[in-house]
Amino acid sequence: MSTEKAITVDHLTKKFGDFTAVDGISFEVNKSEIFGFLGANGAGKTTAMRMLCGLSKPTSGKATVAGFDVYHQTESIKKNIGYMSQKFSLYEDLTVKENIRFYAGIYGKSDEFIKEKTSFVLKNLHLENEAGKLVKSLPLGWKQKLAFSVAIFHEPGIVFLDEPTGGVDPVTRREFWNMIYQAADSGITIFVTTHYMDEAEYCNRVCIMVDGRIEAMDTPQQLKKTYTAASMDEVFLKLARKALRSGE
Amino acid sequence: MKPAVTAKNIVKFYGTKNNKIQALRSISFEVGKGELFGIIGPDGAGKTSLFRILTTLLLADEGEATIDSFDVVKDYKEIRKRVGYMPGRFSLYQDLTVAENLEFFATIFNTSIEKNYDLIKDIYVQIEPFKKRRAGKLSGGMKQKLALCCALIHSPLILFLDEPTTGVDAVSRKEFWEMLKKLKQQGITILVSTPYMDEAGKCDRVALMQSGKIMSIDTPDGIIEKFEKDLFAVRSSKMLSLLNDLKNFEEVEDTYFFGAYHHVVMKHKNKEDMLKNYLLKYAADDLEIKAVRPNIEDCFMSLMKN
Repeated sequence: MSTEKAITVDHLTKKFGDFTAVDGISFEVNKSEIFGFLGANGAGKTTAMRMLCGLSKPTSGKATVAGFDVYHQTESIKKNIGYMSQKFSLYEDLTVKENIRFYAGIYGKSDEFIKEKTSFVLKNLHLENEAGKLVKSLPLGWKQKLAFSVAIFHEPGIVFLDEPTGGVDPVTRREFWNMIYQAADSGITIFVTTHYMDEAEYCNRVCIMVDGRIEAMDTPQQLKKTYTAASMDEVFLKLARKALRSGE
Repeated sequence: MKPAVTAKNIVKFYGTKNNKIQALRSISFEVGKGELFGIIGPDGAGKTSLFRILTTLLLADEGEATIDSFDVVKDYKEIRKRVGYMPGRFSLYQDLTVAENLEFFATIFNTSIEKNYDLIKDIYVQIEPFKKRRAGKLSGGMKQKLALCCALIHSPLILFLDEPTTGVDAVSRKEFWEMLKKLKQQGITILVSTPYMDEAGKCDRVALMQSGKIMSIDTPDGIIEKFEKDLFAVRSSKMLSLLNDLKNFEEVEDTYFFGAYHHVVMKHKNKEDMLKNYLLKYAADDLEIKAVRPNIEDCFMSLMKN
């Protein structure tokens, strides 16, 4: 793993009126690292992630994503990241091929690039025979794998995954993580949130947010050692139980 | 004692004539009175369709079902008095306050909050400080508690909870299961669906569901006992290459990530030494191998592959 930084965050804060959703968080994510971003509902994960994606202006603090500043270079950030969530990923009424073409088009990719890469992606996902089918006709697991491929189709430096495996069956969940490893191997930095604590073990490093602050950040092994816990589930429960605020 | 719920060969199709999707493939099971019964399966398994049929909100294409001995088609009115249903999507009135929502549901069931307050008290006190807040403005955890109160306000015999813990963090999930345990102690039969395999252990019995079928139905321990293969947990400092090495070993039936370890399902019994010798040829010095008891997720994956 190179020590080049994909993301740097320094005392980043976001206030909504007198409510401090994100309270002076600081961390760095290395290039091609798989970085797990955990926290209870309402801990401030989504707000932090929105700032890093250039969708929400911080109240104070500094941050760069792919070398771009989150205050003044949000358009450059958007061009250089991929994003996928469980809730919104693909257009159900477009075919598999149309979805790929649409997203790649938005990122300004050439027809030639799109054509070549589309056949590569379809082959990789074993979806060659489904290329002309509407996305809504695909099983959820296929959709999620396709959505991930679409999110990194334009070859971004960083991809943000917001609960990408919610509700997915256990076999597909693991196939999905295989794709994450492959992407990280090819140099893409992975920033991922999840409610499945076994998935926290698959990350290179994990950070746990409680009440808008980062309560712990380390490798899964070290976190288990520090909190004398057998699993990440236990680590999470020990930390998240301290939370004073609940809900969004 | 007659069962609280029976389902026999339930079949459900969606879609048009030319593009039919089978959501439920001959589902049969029974739930005893006072049981906490879990239906465990991923999205698209058919959990919601099944719940909607049992709560008389959807007609099955084939098969029969009863709730408290009443038929879900003929006696739907009787059944609706006896069941509480909490859908997966938040379905209360967003523009009514907490108290107004509860009042509304009590009134349509011809009862009052006071009459059944005992049943909801433990849960309601947690949201009472916000009783003048509109339901749409509540946090996820509070919405969930209010929805549960509304499903309980007419004192149902049987409670159907469709994925109450989806998208909920690990701490709130634990709290929710503790609430269910208390409700069970009051004698309510509870059917709950979830995509989280680790929640199976909290149920008296579970049905593992995938692609419209029940793959197995038993107590959590019973399901685990049916897993007859030897299972090992293996780790080293090079997890990715370790997984590939495991996949290439002919004695290995299946292997996959499992938290900090890889799980290895063996084709034959008592081959631990063989596995160890094989891996020592490739792996680093920090190789760790141990026999482990399967959990529900191992069982689910093994059933999916058969």
